[in-house]
Amino acid sequence: MSEQFLAGLSTMEDETIARLRARLAVTAERDGLLDVAYRTVDTPVGTLLLASTGQGLVRVAYDRHDEVLAALAEAVSPRILNAPDRLDSAARQLDEYFGGRRRRFELPLDLRLAKGFRRQVLSHLPEIAYGRTESYAEVARAAGSPRAVRAVGTACATNPLPVIIPCHRVIRSDGGYGAYVGGESVKKTLLLLEKA
Amino acid sequence: MVRPFEQVVADYGPMVLRVCRAVLGPVDAEDAWSETFLAALKAYPELPPDANVEAWLVTIAHRKAIDTTRARARHAIPMDSPPDRPSRDGVPGDGGTEVWDALARLPDKQRAAVAYHYVAGLPYKEIAAITGGSTDAARRAAADGMKALRGAYGEGGKS
Repeated sequence: MSEQFLAGLSTMEDETIARLRARLAVTAERDGLLDVAYRTVDTPVGTLLLASTGQGLVRVAYDRHDEVLAALAEAVSPRILNAPDRLDSAARQLDEYFGGRRRRFELPLDLRLAKGFRRQVLSHLPEIAYGRTESYAEVARAAGSPRAVRAVGTACATNPLPVIIPCHRVIRSDGGYGAYVGGESVKKTLLLLEKA
Repeated sequence: MVRPFEQVVADYGPMVLRVCRAVLGPVDAEDAWSETFLAALKAYPELPPDANVEAWLVTIAHRKAIDTTRARARHAIPMDSPPDRPSRDGVPGDGGTEVWDALARLPDKQRAAVAYHYVAGLPYKEIAAITGGSTDAARRAAADGMKALRGAYGEGGKS
């Protein structure tokens, strides 16, 4: 602002804006205007971004959170707000999982970001029990396309809901961990956690 | 690329708050801010990608401010003598809050023009589109408003 005396308009600005933003998230939810709510949670494998539509959890992301939100704005709706309330239960269940106190997630999921065969693969993955693994070839067979081993790899690599949909339980036939959307060392951490 | 609305709030929330404070004062400003961003969120998917987001938000804030001013007038109780100005004690500050009183004494057009040009940074052409009237009239209103404000501050020493 060009005039010094107008600076008085910024009094307590940060606190006020923080309060108003929190209030906006609550009001938007109440009025049905919040198409995508998101928040972050700190976990032993890094800060995860969680996003939810009115239908359920739609995205979990390890990194590049800004890009993920921009992609959600394109694919779902730009009515996106940092609104932690809708994700309370997902955050709590993840906390229990990483604390070794939860073996399966009980959350409504919105799988709209996965299409066709990839979605078929993702629908099978929750059947792999906690602490167990399957090879890419086994998953391909279970999904009804035994020769689509590479496509299973792609489905896992583009899983919109890692951790929640356990693509980390899909490993190489030779016992190697194989690639992972959050990096191979994170995959190892998750599998060791589940073996403990 | 479409910006998530949260980004719009982060980028323009402080500016809209300053504009609402300038136009309505610190108390009504918060409700006006909330109503502005709620209305903006509702309309956001239809906003053209090349739209001027600042001008769009100020336009919405302007309409909300008019609603607030009308509501105030409806609830106003006629009195023989003007009441004391509302206390600003609830707003801790550095003394800079007196700007709100000085702004409150300006005619509506001048206050709006000062807020939208000097606080929001909009060009006079945009301001004329929002408040009605010509670009020149908006420029004059802002100049007159700033002159009155500088005068008010000149009395008590240079700010």
